[in-house]
Amino acid sequence: MTAPIPTKAITAARPLVVARNVHKSFGDNEVLKGIDLDVWPGETVVVLGPSGSGKSTFLRCINHLEAMDRGSIMVGGEQMGYQLRGRRLQKLSSRAIARQRQQIGMVFQQFNLYPHLTVLQNIIEAPIGIHGESRREAEAYALALLQRVGLTEKADAYPRQLSGGQQQRVAIARALAIKPKLMLFDEPTSALDPELVGEVLAAMRDLADQGLTMIVVTHEIGFAKEAADRVVFMDGGHIVEQGKPEDVLVNPAHPRTRAFLGRFI
Amino acid sequence: MTDRALTPGALPGDDVAELRLRDVAHAHRPINYGGWILWVVTILITVDFLWVIAHNKNFEWSVVAQWFTAESIMRGLSVTLGLTVVAMLIGVVIGLFLAIARLSETKLLVALSSIYIWFFRGTPLLVQLIFWYNLSTLFPVISIGVPFGPELARWNTNDLITPLTAAIAGLALNEAAYMAEIIRGGLLSVDPGQVETTQAFGMTRGRALRRIIIPQAMRSIIPPTGNQLISMIKATSLVSVIAMGDLLYSVQAVYNRTFEVIPLLMVAVLWYLLITSILNVGQSFIERYYARGEKGSSTKARRATDDDVISDAIHMGDAR
Repeated sequence: MTAPIPTKAITAARPLVVARNVHKSFGDNEVLKGIDLDVWPGETVVVLGPSGSGKSTFLRCINHLEAMDRGSIMVGGEQMGYQLRGRRLQKLSSRAIARQRQQIGMVFQQFNLYPHLTVLQNIIEAPIGIHGESRREAEAYALALLQRVGLTEKADAYPRQLSGGQQQRVAIARALAIKPKLMLFDEPTSALDPELVGEVLAAMRDLADQGLTMIVVTHEIGFAKEAADRVVFMDGGHIVEQGKPEDVLVNPAHPRTRAFLGRFI
Repeated sequence: MTDRALTPGALPGDDVAELRLRDVAHAHRPINYGGWILWVVTILITVDFLWVIAHNKNFEWSVVAQWFTAESIMRGLSVTLGLTVVAMLIGVVIGLFLAIARLSETKLLVALSSIYIWFFRGTPLLVQLIFWYNLSTLFPVISIGVPFGPELARWNTNDLITPLTAAIAGLALNEAAYMAEIIRGGLLSVDPGQVETTQAFGMTRGRALRRIIIPQAMRSIIPPTGNQLISMIKATSLVSVIAMGDLLYSVQAVYNRTFEVIPLLMVAVLWYLLITSILNVGQSFIERYYARGEKGSSTKARRATDDDVISDAIHMGDAR
């Protein structure tokens, strides 16, 4: 039995994520210089780019972990972090922002599992505490998710007893447990030893095939080639180029993209 | 050739006999004569010291034994323990709120909490106790009401402030200032990635603190809190200045009559030592509970490797 992953038909009428003119500076350093991006339901969008190109910052703006300076981001028809009241745009309370984030799963570079809780407790924390599920139904779903990522026998282990690849697969199961509309992956394999990268990418490819809407920031060109519906290439705070992986990765139009990809061939 | 078969890893041309002798699996620890001599000398000195104390007439051990479980001493002991527990509990609760306020993004809360900590840490506890006890000379009447507006309730300060309430207020409010800083340090010791994860999952700040942040902070909060608790037990002896009948006060009450000062102080000393010993044991149990999920003493994420198994085995060996 595999856990059902919430899927949406790609024939939706409007994008799930709409980012317009997103600007963000840290002090004098302007990291994002006007990002426009639509992500359609069911799409897997892989964001590539050199270090410092702003791709992680942009990802963190989508669930408002980072507050942006200009522009707007809509997820599922709601503006993240703000609310239009008449013609006045108001900041949302931290409680309202928390409620918006409950629809979005996130997987971090450093896994960020809760070290004092077992694998199973990590996964059911949000479903029980935030989404009000019963313990029985949350545990059943958690075990089904663990089976999907091949870690059923680790349910009662503590995160420190797992390898990095296993921890990241638990983190993916934890994010899926809230039945998200959208999954954000922030360099999920960058902290892993090379021989552990494959198992995490396999779990992610499985999700992409299931039609989950995913935005993946990564350096794994191979994953982009095999699993992405669309590749977005960022450099210097701009989206330089985007399109189908076979176009962007094989015949890049922009010299920056060519230079970046050249390093991986 | 049979030799070679019994010595795994031997290659042609190796001296099999020497290889077997050099196999570290059969290594012995050298006999440590210096260490044994140090043990003997230390034990001799300790026994001699205990002998001298036990046979020194001036300690009057019979008097110590006579008063050790006397009713008035037991009453004092229960006051000391009760004061410690109540003041510590109130101190921890207020300290927790002060720590959260000081780490909040609201400037007003940060300022209020900082001023509180500045004042209560900056003045001697003895002076604070005397002030609380003499509050009625500063404010003869305490009332609750709208500032500059009507009064809702009023009390005579002398009815509110007894030695007991003055002692609890003084000890607890002072303790809160120290606990606030200990708890703040503990909260700051938690990986910021954990806070970010709770935000990304849409947890409210209260739930994140309760379920994720505070349990992880406990590891660094417990040891200094154990320290504070032990200090608190001894700090309660200060309340004898405001006529509160704690352990020290009841001992003093006895020797003021009998003039057996040293043996009665020994009664108090032995009780204080006994209590702190019990607390030490309790602390190590609590520490073990909050160390679950931790491997070894490392706080960094590590991969499970054969090295860990080996080092775990060594730690177990050390423990024996």
